[in-house]
Amino acid sequence: MNIVVLMKQVPDTWSERTLRAADNTLDRDAADAVMNELDEYAIEEGLRLTEAHGGEVTIVSMGPEKATESIRKALSMGADKAVHVSDEALHGSDALVTSAVLAKVLERAGFDLVILGSESTDARTGVLAAMLAERLGVPQLTFASKVDIDGSAIAIHRLADYGYDTVEGTLPAVVSVVEKINEPRYPSFKGIMAAKKKPVETLTVADLGIDPAQVGLAASATEVVEWAKRPPRAAGVVVTDDGDGGTKAAEFLASRKFI
Amino acid sequence: MVGCMLNDEQEALRSTVEEFAREVIAPVIGGYYERGEFPYEIVAKMGKLGLFGLPFPEEYGGMGGDYFAFCLALHELGRVDSSVAITLEAAVGLGAMPIYRFGTPQQQADWLPDLCQGERLAAFGLTEPGGGSDIPGGMRTRARLEGGQWVIDGTKAFITNSGTSITSVVTALAITGEQDGKPEISAIMVPAGTPGFTVGPEYSKVGWRASDTRELSFSSCRVPAGNLLGERGRGYAQFLQTLDEGRIAIAALAAGLAQGCVDECLRYAGQREAFGQHLGSFQAIQFKIADMAARAHLARLAWYDAAARLVAGQPIKTEAAIAKLTCSNAAMDNARDGTQIFGGYGFMNEFPVARFYRDAKVLEIGEGTSEVQRMVIARQLGVG
Ligand SMILES: Cc1cc2nc3c(=O)[nH]c(=O)nc-3n(C[C@H](O)[C@H](O)[C@H](O)COP(=O)(O)OP(=O)(O)OC[C@H]3O[C@@H](n4cnc5c(N)ncnc54)[C@H](O)[C@@H]3O)c2cc1C
Repeated sequence: MNIVVLMKQVPDTWSERTLRAADNTLDRDAADAVMNELDEYAIEEGLRLTEAHGGEVTIVSMGPEKATESIRKALSMGADKAVHVSDEALHGSDALVTSAVLAKVLERAGFDLVILGSESTDARTGVLAAMLAERLGVPQLTFASKVDIDGSAIAIHRLADYGYDTVEGTLPAVVSVVEKINEPRYPSFKGIMAAKKKPVETLTVADLGIDPAQVGLAASATEVVEWAKRPPRAAGVVVTDDGDGGTKAAEFLASRKFI
Repeated sequence: MVGCMLNDEQEALRSTVEEFAREVIAPVIGGYYERGEFPYEIVAKMGKLGLFGLPFPEEYGGMGGDYFAFCLALHELGRVDSSVAITLEAAVGLGAMPIYRFGTPQQQADWLPDLCQGERLAAFGLTEPGGGSDIPGGMRTRARLEGGQWVIDGTKAFITNSGTSITSVVTALAITGEQDGKPEISAIMVPAGTPGFTVGPEYSKVGWRASDTRELSFSSCRVPAGNLLGERGRGYAQFLQTLDEGRIAIAALAAGLAQGCVDECLRYAGQREAFGQHLGSFQAIQFKIADMAARAHLARLAWYDAAARLVAGQPIKTEAAIAKLTCSNAAMDNARDGTQIFGGYGFMNEFPVARFYRDAKVLEIGEGTSEVQRMVIARQLGVG
C-alpha cells in the first residue's frame, strides 16, 4: 500500500507566537519550530498500516527550508522517503492555495491513502482534508480515531461528542486523524541513523507545473486584515470562606455560565 | 563531534530522549519514587526506544551507537529522574557491557539480544558487605570448580537491578584461587533463579528509590564451568575497565541532575513571588542560578571530553575519574542550591528538586567514591 502522510512544521505551541507586522503572516522565526503534533499521530498510523498491510510511507511537507528538521524526524520514526515542497513564492499561502499545491504533489506521487492530522496548531483551519479530497476526487474520512483497511475497503471511527460514527469508503481516500487514534512512537537511534540515508526530494512550484503567480499571499482567497495580541490574563477572584465559600464559588461559576 | 558540539544524529538522539523524559517519565515518576516501586512500564518504554541497546552493534540486537550516545541518553534522563537513569546505566554499563566485551560468542548470543531490548536486565556484583573501595582486599566471595561446575559461596551488597522480575543474570566477581600469593579473581555469570542464589529484600534507600538495589547471597550455588565470563584470573582487570567506563556514565547522569536543578529553578524563579517581586528579580537568586548553570555546563564538558576520548580509543583513566568527581560535586552543589531556591516546597517530596536532593548524594559514593576518584587522579599524576 502506498501511503502518503502530510506533515507540517509549526511554531512550538509552548513558545510565544506572533504575526509579522509587515504582512500579517505568521512570524516563523520568532518561535522554535516543531512538527505539528497531530501529524505525529498521522505518521504513526501510516507506519502501523504499512506494518500490517505492507507498502511504503511517503512524507509530503510544504514549508520553508527549516522544515527539513521535521522531515528528518518523520523519517527517523520510520517513514521511507519524503517530498519537500519549498519555494519562496509559497510564503503566505492560505489553505485553499496549499490544498492546490499538495493536490499536485499527490497526483504526481500517486497514493492509495493520504493521512493527515485533523488540523495544525498554527492556523487551525481544519479544512485541508476536505479540500484535498475534493480536488483529488476521492472520498474523505475525517476526524478518525480508528482506521481499518480490508482490501480496498476503508472504515473509520469518526470522533463525535456522543462517541463515534462509523464511516466507510473505498481506497484511494483521504483520512484525517485525531490524537485518540494511537500513541506515536519516538524515533529510535537506529531510526535516526537510518534517516540520514533516506531520499528526500525537494520541489519548487515550477517543478510541479504551477505558475508562481497562482500561489502565495497575493493569490490567496483569505487575508488577515487585522490582529491583536491576546489580552493579558485578568486577575482572579479571591473568595474568602466565611462559611459561605461554597455558595460564592457556585455563584462565580454560574456567572461564567459553567453551571 | 566538532569541538564540544553535537553532530546532527547526536542532537536528534538527545532531543528525542529529552522529549521522552519530559512526556513519559516526568509525569509519573514521583509516584513510583514515593512508593519505592520499580517502574517496569517506563523501563519497557525505554526498551522500545532502544536505549538499552545504544552502545551495542546491530548484530547483537543493539542500536549501533557508541558509548557517547549512551551517555547522552543518561544525561537527558538524569535531568528528569535518576532512578530510571541508574537502572539504564547499571543494566548497560555494568550488566551487558562486560558480556559484550568479554563474553564468548555463545554467551553473547544467549544474553545480549534480550538485554539490548530492555526486556531483561543484567546486574554486576562486585561490592561486598565487608568493602567496596578495597577490592580485592575486602572480597570474601569464593568459587571453586567441582565436577565441571563452579560452586559459589559468599555475599554481595548494594547490587543494582539484581532483584527485578526481569533480571536475567548477575555477574559476580569471586576469588577462584591464588596467583603469586595474591587472590585470583574471576567473573562468573549466575542466572536468576539458580538454586543456592538468594536475592534479599529491596533496601530502604534515601534516594534512587525507584531503582532496584539488593543484597545477594550465594550458598553452594552451582553453575556450569562455561559460565565463566572472560578469562579465569582476569576478573579484576576486566572490572577495572568496566568501572573506568562506568565512571563516565555516572558522570553524565550526574551532569544531567545538575542541569535538571537549573531547569527547575529557572521555571520556579519566574513564577514564585516574594516581597511583591518574582524570585528571579533578586540578585541573590540570580547569582545562585548563574553558579548552578556554570557548574552544570562544566560538568557536561567534563564528561563530553572523557566520552569522546573513550570513543576515540584514547586512554581515559584520569579524565573519567575527573569527570566522575566533578560531575558528582556539581550534582550535590546544585541539588543543595536548587532546594534552597524552592524554600519549603524544596523539602516536599512532590517537587522534583527534593528528589534531586535525595538522589545526588549517592553519586559521590557509587562506582568509586569521591575519595577513590582522587586517589586514582593523584596516582595517575604520579604523586603519592
Ligand atoms: C544505591 C547503590 C547502588 C549500588 N550498586 C552497585 C552495583 O550494582 N554493583 C556493585 O558492585 N556495587 C554497587 N554499589 C556499591 C558501591 O559501589 C559502593 O558502596 C562503593 O564503592 C563504596 O564502597 P563501600 O560502601 O564498601 O564503602 P567503603 O569502601 O567502606 O568506604 C567507606 C568510606 O571510606 C572511604 N575510603 C575507603 N578507603 C579509603 C582510602 N584508602 N582512603 C581514603 N578514603 C577511603 C570511602 O571513600 C568512603 O568514604 C552500590 C551502592 C549503592 C549505595
